[in-house]
Amino acid sequence: MEVKTASFEKLATPATTTVSGAEAVIKCLLEEGVETIYGYPGGAIMPVYDELYKYQKEIHHVLTRHEQGATHAAQGYARVTGKVGVAVATSGPGATNLVTGIADAQIDSTPLVCITGQVGSHLLGSDAFQETDIVGISTPITKWNYQITKAEEIPEIIARAFYIARSGRPGPVLIDITKDAQFASLEFSYKKCSGIRSYKPEPEISMPQLEKAAEAINSAKKPFIIFGQGVILGGAEQLLKQLVEKTDIPAAWTILGLSALSTDHPLNVGMVGMHGNYAPNMLTNECDVLIAIGMRFDDRVTGNLDKYAKQAKVIHLEIDPSEIDKNVKADIPVLGNVNKTLALLLDLVKEKEHKAWHQEFKDLYDIEFDKIIKNDLNAERGKIGMAEVIDEINTCSKGDAVIVSDVGQHQMVTCRYSKFNQTRSKVTSGGLGTMGFALPAAIGAKMGVPHREVVAVIGDGGYQMTIQELGTIFQTKVPVKIVILNNGFLGMVRQWQQLFFDKRYASTEMVNPDFVTIAKGYHIKANQVTERAQLADAVKEMMESKEAYFLEVKVEQEENVFPMVPTGAAVSEILLE
Amino acid sequence: MEKKNYTVSIYTENNVGLLSRIAAIFLKRHINIESVTVSKSEVEGVMRFIIVVQVNEEQVQKVVKQIEKQIEVIKAFYHTDEEMIYQETALYKVNSSEFVGDLSIQDFIKGTNARIVTVTPKFFVIEKTGKRSETDSLYEKLKPYGLMQFVRSGTIAVTKEEMQISKLLEQFNTTN
Repeated sequence: MEVKTASFEKLATPATTTVSGAEAVIKCLLEEGVETIYGYPGGAIMPVYDELYKYQKEIHHVLTRHEQGATHAAQGYARVTGKVGVAVATSGPGATNLVTGIADAQIDSTPLVCITGQVGSHLLGSDAFQETDIVGISTPITKWNYQITKAEEIPEIIARAFYIARSGRPGPVLIDITKDAQFASLEFSYKKCSGIRSYKPEPEISMPQLEKAAEAINSAKKPFIIFGQGVILGGAEQLLKQLVEKTDIPAAWTILGLSALSTDHPLNVGMVGMHGNYAPNMLTNECDVLIAIGMRFDDRVTGNLDKYAKQAKVIHLEIDPSEIDKNVKADIPVLGNVNKTLALLLDLVKEKEHKAWHQEFKDLYDIEFDKIIKNDLNAERGKIGMAEVIDEINTCSKGDAVIVSDVGQHQMVTCRYSKFNQTRSKVTSGGLGTMGFALPAAIGAKMGVPHREVVAVIGDGGYQMTIQELGTIFQTKVPVKIVILNNGFLGMVRQWQQLFFDKRYASTEMVNPDFVTIAKGYHIKANQVTERAQLADAVKEMMESKEAYFLEVKVEQEENVFPMVPTGAAVSEILLE
Repeated sequence: MEKKNYTVSIYTENNVGLLSRIAAIFLKRHINIESVTVSKSEVEGVMRFIIVVQVNEEQVQKVVKQIEKQIEVIKAFYHTDEEMIYQETALYKVNSSEFVGDLSIQDFIKGTNARIVTVTPKFFVIEKTGKRSETDSLYEKLKPYGLMQFVRSGTIAVTKEEMQISKLLEQFNTTN
């Protein structure tokens, strides 16, 4: 009987149904395939939360402990899945608390849709309770934003929001919805957005430019590839691998490009930039053709621009025309999504061998190994080093885990030493350098790929910026693994103070609470390691835990991260000590 | 690189908030906007911004790319003064008592192609359209008579070359 009634109703349902604006918001999310959202309720968004209550079987809403946590969780989710992350907040302080995450998503090209409640439209501009101009505030840090004041606008605007967030170079979109628009009703029908006349997500591809690029690559003696997150965002990892293998060109990565090519690939020569590997930094200023793929020449990558790869012909494969010539002049710009341009380029390049050139990388790696890596991994010295912890995680993960890191010394060490077999495995705040990113991002990442192990590696400083998200972990029982590398300092700032400010450690020493007790307060399994002898077993126990697990490792207090390109220096002036 | 006047022309959708989004791009780069005007354009429903900035060519190139990246911007261009036909309009409000007896005023108003818009017993309003130097020169001439108010519009400008915005929009309609 029940089945019969249901199918009869289905037949009788017209193309549109009358719903409230708030319900329309949920229906839009369902139409876009959204399963999990992160947020925090409050006055101006209550109608939407009331609908979330009714739709709780269809949409999993994760209550974070702070709206910033909601954005970072949505970012973590987006980064590992490639889907659009969704964060919801109320007006006023709820909305302003999203700002850091939105700015982070903007600079790291993460697809995000943020939905904020707003005071009723009749109150706009009256300095009403919890009114803030979030559209004005978020304008410079969003790919697009819009304020909805009428319920009828909801389906079209939300469809646009998802289209804009995910297409072209992805980014965050904020949609502000007045409370009266949430209450009002509309005839609901949904059509996914497939184009906006003033917006061209991907520039046209120029074959002559590709031919020029191929010619330069084919005649190069010392070609060098630097790839960034564009490869991951474009889903072009296999094409990159094929290109690298066919042309035998050594390839290095920016921190957001990490894991696009497996770390043990023989042609993967490591990380570029301030704390990158020795060989790729040195040889950036030796190569004759520099092939930049889906990266944007951030200042942390290039060091002094006046002394950056001046000898090289620069080929820049990039989806965003505004990145061409922004920092480094491209001799051969190749516009387009790298999943298309790399496929075309692959047919045009010739098979090559560059043995002598590889030897130069190997020789420099050996120097870095002797001067730095050997010591970093050395189990003989005093206290535990950060790299040793990463090494133990690698041993357990065998390169299959998602590693989320925060910002600072531990981030650089994590990027330098983590092993990855598959793409979308490294989640970190690159461009904005947001301390506090990792814990909530790890929550989102684990929910995005529940079948994978997700380990958050965090410093004792950044951890305390979003430590309240332990509550989210406890409530949702999301089995993330948290490793705190505790050196009792804001380590990166301390390192700079030591090197450039005569060891004046202004406000970098952290007097920390008992982290294990705090974790236990949230009923999260917790352990602390102070001695090297306990480390391997402790990491193993954490990695094998079926539940969330917190591990604090007391590490060397005044360890410095090397190599290092000091501010204002050329990448080839990289210091080994 | 040498700094000079560049006119940035932007064709956009007609949406709330776009002015502040575009202004923010200049703000982020610490570029002062010399003048800005927004009006409808030759294409129905499409707005045109004319923004004048004093920067070097590399800066204006980068800014134009950032502007064009905005979702609701259809197309952005930059031009030098030589590539544009441009005008500004100024209004001068002058005290009548200082003014009436002096016949020489009539002469130089004629000479500058300015126009008297309003005459009341208390004040005159004079309007002058032209290049910045021309409205400035009239400003200097009227100053001794006691300028009660002065205001000048932003630059409005059209390019010597064709813009082809309609074609661009047609292309979109056929590809989507």
